[in-house]
Parts: sequence; structure tokens; C-alpha cells
Amino acid sequence: MTALLQIEDLKVHFPVRTGRFGGEKALVKAVDGVSLSIDAQETLALVGESGCGKSTLGNAVLGLAPVTEGRVRFDGRDLTTLERAERKAVWRDMQVVFQDPVSALDPRRSIAQSIAEPLEIHGIPRAQIRPRVDELMELVGLNPDQRDRRPGALSGGQRQRVVIARALALNPRLVICDEPVSALDVSIQSQILNLLMRLQRELSLGYLFISHDLSVVRHIADRVAVMYLGMVVEIGRAEEVFGDPVHPYTEALLSAIPRPDPGARRDRVLLQGDLPSPIDPPSGCPFRTRCPLAEPRCAESRPPLVARSDSHSAACFVRAPQG
Amino acid sequence: MSLLAVEDLSVQAGPLSLVDGVDLDIRPGEVVALVGESGSGKSLTALSIMGLLTEGLSVTGGQIRLDGTPLTPARLQRLRGQDLAMIFQEPVSSLNPLMPVGAQVAESLVAHGRATPQEAGREAVEMLRRVGIPEPERRARQLPAELSGGMCQRVMIAAALISRPRLLIADEPTTALDVTIQAQILALMGELAAEAGTAVLLITHDMGVVAELADRVCVMYGGRVVEQAPVGPLFAAPRHPYTAMLLRTIPRLDDPPKEELFVIRGNVPSPRDWPEGCRFRSRCPRATEACRSRPALEGDDHRVACFHPMETP
Repeated sequence: MTALLQIEDLKVHFPVRTGRFGGEKALVKAVDGVSLSIDAQETLALVGESGCGKSTLGNAVLGLAPVTEGRVRFDGRDLTTLERAERKAVWRDMQVVFQDPVSALDPRRSIAQSIAEPLEIHGIPRAQIRPRVDELMELVGLNPDQRDRRPGALSGGQRQRVVIARALALNPRLVICDEPVSALDVSIQSQILNLLMRLQRELSLGYLFISHDLSVVRHIADRVAVMYLGMVVEIGRAEEVFGDPVHPYTEALLSAIPRPDPGARRDRVLLQGDLPSPIDPPSGCPFRTRCPLAEPRCAESRPPLVARSDSHSAACFVRAPQG
Repeated sequence: MSLLAVEDLSVQAGPLSLVDGVDLDIRPGEVVALVGESGSGKSLTALSIMGLLTEGLSVTGGQIRLDGTPLTPARLQRLRGQDLAMIFQEPVSSLNPLMPVGAQVAESLVAHGRATPQEAGREAVEMLRRVGIPEPERRARQLPAELSGGMCQRVMIAAALISRPRLLIADEPTTALDVTIQAQILALMGELAAEAGTAVLLITHDMGVVAELADRVCVMYGGRVVEQAPVGPLFAAPRHPYTAMLLRTIPRLDDPPKEELFVIRGNVPSPRDWPEGCRFRSRCPRATEACRSRPALEGDDHRVACFHPMETP
């Protein structure tokens, strides 16, 4: 079976100007050799801290960031080589939900107009649009009576429902969710997560779920890829990555999460220092400057992803030795 | 005696009520978490204590006392940066972009005449070292833009704690930071505050952070305090339905995956739409006619404002 989305050795490099007067040129390797795949009806979560490249990867799949090297195949078709018109057809099957529902919606347009927009762009007959908008509103738990309201009259959770309805208008097969609940209040997050899980079951959607919140990811993901400085350092089924983390960075991330349990104040693995700059990443393993296990060989070359099982791999010379 | 006592505090924007009769007290050296969602009034409560409400907002009722004496504007002016300090969510926008970070850390010592600029400068470098900034002598001469977000938050903590204040107000101090950096900053803040005997009012929406740091918790909803308790009992046996349900909606690392999460129905109401009586009643499965009038915050150590509180186990 072909994967719904197949990314092979993807690189996204941006030229930037640095130095006091912007006179020096450098390359930010935002995504630097990532391979992963998503099956139909599957949720792959992409986790990591700011600057790790997870959003850039999502944007590259959507055609919003230039692909420097590598392949992005949707349903077997390589997006990096398709003609513009063909790509437009593929993008119909691929939609996005961003973090901030406030800036994602035009404040002057009614909810119905926002949801109808993709239908109009793709030439759906007018007579079909109104019933489809009502249907979409009900699907995401909005009352169609609210169709003429403006986003300003809605709460954050309701706005995110509108954004989700609009993303589903053209019956996509893959939805890229970039921090879809991060801007929402805690009591609203669970409503939207439940909605996303229900829609996946009902509409057989694949999700690329980009998030920094590992508790949320634990809940929604089938598989998890952990990124650090543009690279995947560990990938596997959710229960493998959470239950049996291999990479020391995955371990540190999991241990850093504050648990809502006052009895369990524990000693945690505190990482030293900050994320290095992606303009000037460390040689070899990108994590070695903060890694408690780093050895001299970690500076010499980049550790490859080594499989521990059919579904679980990690890139670490110490924890996942080759052969 | 309480270090800080807030009684019946109200804040309005013109006729619109935003904080409505908040009671809060903090004992010396204690960490109290003020928890709530957007619009709950938690940040406005903190800004009122510091006398930093923006134009258009005003304290319309209540008392704020430090050591039993009211905090007048003149007294606040004297105490801010000395006995009272505050850390904000956005370290980068809270620092002066044109002033070297060392001078910003030293500023409160110099302004209050507690040290000469030279002494304060040396103390600032020492403080930067304490908060874990590498090469503090060099970093002290740099501008905020030359430091990462996590570094800037360390600088803010250094500036807030250099005068060994008696009360530190920290408003979402780690919300803008990555989780591995958040863990460093929270550990550091707790350690330094404990060492100087500083009481902390920690404002946050993250129940995980609360569980790790707080001695006592004050839960706000709709501009009011709905529950106040020591951290253990609050998590183990919450009494207000809102607190109980909020704790159940949080996704946890040990939950079974892909299962439906518990949900609080409805939306977080904006101050314009607050219902009469109990502000949570429109979302509360326990609500009755009685909830149309306002419940008082009652109890000794564990206080709750609810006509139908959760049963104690």
C-alpha cells in the first residue's frame, strides 16, 4: 500500500544575512534530511521545541516553504516535480489548521463566507454551497444559526471550529494541524482534541499533528517523530516513544513536563544551556552540546537513525549503536 | 501574619467589571499559585497589587495591605524594586532594548541607593552567574537582542531577585519558553526564592507548574476566587465543580491514548457575558436555582465559593 504522505530526505535551507550590518551570508538548515510517512487515517505527531523545524516541515509539505532537496509524495505523486496545475489539484486533498484562529479568519467576513471560500475557489456551484456550509458547521459542532456572525463575536474555541470546518470543506485526506490547540484555554482544548479525533474516525483523515505539548500528543498520536535542529532524532509508535524513549533528548523532553500531581515532585534530567543556533549548528550530533551522554565520537559525524524494531528508530551513537 | 492581604478587590474598565471581590493572602516565604483561564482576572489582580494597571482600568473597591499597612501609590513607588518585584511573561519585550542587561539587573540597587553603580555592577555580574548565564562578565555588557528568550528570562529573574524582595509576582514566567528551558527556569526561581525567603505569587494556567511549585493555590473564574486550598488537598479533593472538572480535562501522559477526553461544556465567557450569581453556573452540571445568587467564599484552610460543592471523600 502506498503511504498517504511520504517524505524522503527533505531539506529546507534558507539563506539569511548575519553579522552586525547584515553583510555576511549564512544558511539556516531549518529542515535537514527528514524522512517520514503518514498512512490514511493515521496521526503522526511532530514534536520538538521552537526552532527545531517542525513548522517549516509542515509548510514545505503545503508548498509554503521552498524545498531545497528531497521528495514529498502525496498518494505516490511527487509534489516537487508536478506542474502548477497538477499541484493545485493535489493541494485540494491537503488542508491546514494553524495555531491562531484569530488571525486565520477575516474579521469582516461572516463565518459562512469564510467556510464557503475554498468551495468558491474550486468552483463548486452556488446552489450546493449553502447546504454544504450548514453541513460543515454541524459537523464541527457549530449551530448553523450562527452562520452570519463575524469571528469577533465568537470565542477562541468556536473560531477554531470555524477554521476546522473550512479546512474540511473540500473533503481533504490529509490535514496538517500546526499547534491547533496551543492558543486555546485549557477547558476548551479537550473539546477541540475530541473533535479532531471524531473527525478522523468519521472522515478517515490523516493528520500531521505539529505540537510542542507532549501530553496532548500522547493523547492524539499513533506515531511520534521527535525533531531537534532540523533532524528527526527519534521516531516510533506513540507507546514506544513515550514508554521506552531511546534518545536522550526524548528522555529530557518527557522528564521536563510538569505533571499535575503534587505528590510526584521528582528529580528530573535538567538540560544545560539553550538550543544552539540553526545557523551554526554543532558538528556531528546536533544534541551533543546539551547531552548528558555525549562522547568524543558524537562530534565527529552525524548519527544515523538506527532501527530498534520495525516501527521504532533513534539517532544516537550511545543509545542506538549500529549493527 | 500575612505578608500580603488582598480583600474584596474589584477592578473595572469603565462600567465593565473585570475583577469582582477577590480575597487573597500570602504568608512570608510561601508560594501561592493564582490559576485561571483567559479573562479570569488573574493577571489584573497581580497588576493591581503592583499598582501597574494600564490606563482605562482602575481599582474600584477593596484593600491591599503589605505587613498590615495599605499599599498607597507613594508606598508602592518606594517598595517596587526593593520589597516587591515582578517578572512578566514576555522577557524580550519587558527588558529595555537599549540598555546592557547587566545595568538592568543592577538598576534597582542603584535606584534605591543601596549600592554605588560600581558595586551594583559587580553584584549584577554575580547574580547573572547565579541564574546560570555563561560568561556573565561578557553577557552583562550585551543588549537583550543579543540573548535568547531563555537567557532574557534569566536576566529578568536576576533583576527581580537581586534586591532580595519579600514578594515576587511572576506572571506566566515560563509560558513563552520551551519545555526544557521552562524546567530550568522554574527550578531556578524556586531555589533562589527559597534561599532569600521570598514569597512568590505565581500566575499560571498550567496545572502541572502549579503542582510542582505551589504551597497553596487560588483558583479564579470569571473575575472571582472560586476555590483556595493547600496544593495537596486541591488536587486530591477539589471542592468547586470548576476546579474538579478542569483537573479532569487536562490530557495526561499516563492516559490511555486516543480516548475521548473529559470535556467542560460551553465556552469561557467574556466579562460582558458573565451570568448573574455564580459565574460558572451556565457550564456547571450541578447548578440549581440557588446558583442565581452569589456564593460566598467559605471555609478555613480549604475555602470554596459554591452552593453545591463536591463531596469530600
